[in-house]
Amino acid sequence: MSKHLLILGGGTAGTMMANHLRRKLPATEWRMTVVDRSDKHLYQPGFLFLPFGKYDESDIIRQTRDFMPGGVEFMQNEVEKIVPEQHAVTLKDGQELKYDILIVATGCRTAPEETEGMLGPKWRMNVHDFYTLDGARALREKLKTFKGGRVVVHINEMPIKCPVAPLEFTFLADTFFREQGIRDKVTLTYVTPLSGAFTKPKSSKKLGHLLGDKGIELVTEFVAEKVDQENDKLVCFDGREVPYDLLVTTPTNMGDESVRRSALGDDLDFIPTHKHTLQSIEYPDVFVIGDATNLPASKAGSVAHFESETLTDNIIRHIEGEPLKEEFDGHSNCFIESGNGKALLIDFNYEYEPHEGNFPFSFGPMKLLEESRLNHLGKLAFRYIYWNVLLRGWPLLGISRQKKKPAAFAE
Amino acid sequence: MKKNIAGTEIDVNEEGYLTDPSQWNEQIAAAIAVEEGIGALGEGHMKVVRYLREQQAKGAALTIRSMGKSGVVTTKELYDLFPGGPLKKSSKIAGIPKPVGCI
Repeated sequence: MSKHLLILGGGTAGTMMANHLRRKLPATEWRMTVVDRSDKHLYQPGFLFLPFGKYDESDIIRQTRDFMPGGVEFMQNEVEKIVPEQHAVTLKDGQELKYDILIVATGCRTAPEETEGMLGPKWRMNVHDFYTLDGARALREKLKTFKGGRVVVHINEMPIKCPVAPLEFTFLADTFFREQGIRDKVTLTYVTPLSGAFTKPKSSKKLGHLLGDKGIELVTEFVAEKVDQENDKLVCFDGREVPYDLLVTTPTNMGDESVRRSALGDDLDFIPTHKHTLQSIEYPDVFVIGDATNLPASKAGSVAHFESETLTDNIIRHIEGEPLKEEFDGHSNCFIESGNGKALLIDFNYEYEPHEGNFPFSFGPMKLLEESRLNHLGKLAFRYIYWNVLLRGWPLLGISRQKKKPAAFAE
Repeated sequence: MKKNIAGTEIDVNEEGYLTDPSQWNEQIAAAIAVEEGIGALGEGHMKVVRYLREQQAKGAALTIRSMGKSGVVTTKELYDLFPGGPLKKSSKIAGIPKPVGCI
């Protein structure tokens, strides 16, 4: 009888793994199944542009099945519980799926219920989020009629998916209000629990001026005790208050609820995972990828992409009884919209913070940690790459899974 | 880079965070606390510092949430103990890396 490789989650990471592994595992020996509660694949970077009317929903929504290779069964179903001791997963409708190898790619979710008052009566009236499709839609409608006032962009706590997105949102909002001719009627404030908008010395030195240049006020070390919807203000544990007319918050991020039901996660429902091999710390036949892990890497599609290459090799090694490669280095890269049709590009890993240089080749054409129009075009072009190259599990030209040593550190 | 703290040569990064947690001791903690404007460290401070070091040694991510739920200290108490920067100041005093974002 053939063996079964089960993937929980048909998002970025799960889809990439299905494509990688179907090419590697003989169909006569391995059955493959992907389970996801939704049959829609959302291009999540698009949520950043949707509120400003820059993308249509048709640009960012596809059918999950269209990205599954032949020989992979896609099941639209909700995971109830993972029972690793029995190599089994139970689904909401009572079915039980047995597996030989399990890949957990259940991602993360926003959890506004974690903050007192956030889900009060004004949720999605003047308290908004853009990390969900519904949230991005509601914010788009809000911005259409927004006449001015205090706009506060807020990060509730770390870690969050795509950690730079709230800052990008702030920069894009500055441009948007300028285009609407109401920038002088809007104050923009960025509120973070960290010590700054930029916390790494190089980024801070290179980019710290952006906030001041755009007239964005910065509030740091701010951990929200509650959202006071009656008085329209954010309240910090130390008593500081930030009043708003429009709050765009990034709620606490947590792992999938099925992880909690299975008691497999930490206090944020992220699964303890070996940071170089992507094997579960506790269960050798369980592997974890993407936002679902507790790795100290960014929760981002690029990270899932680099992880998927290492994880594919490691699953083959695991099947063949060979030691796993301790290879994944936390590699992440992303475009950062900085407004006015420009963007930045950063590339980093566990060891090296974002730095200057050329990318992806020694001659460029893109420049790291610098604002340019080319980087912005790169970000827009990336949507095509995502649908057509990345999800299919094809490599990106010139961009290797492990980060190249920055020129400044090269021997 | 090196910095002389409480009479000992210590390895620190450009923001003054220890790069090797094993070089830490309580005298160093006391000296950093004075530099950071926290003043003398009481038992409340030291409970937090010890907890941070234990968690860091285990490789756990340090968050305000995990500290608030640890039973060691509430988030409000954390702000009272380390005003102006509960995470960054307590981490510096505990000789562990600063909590950071990706840029």
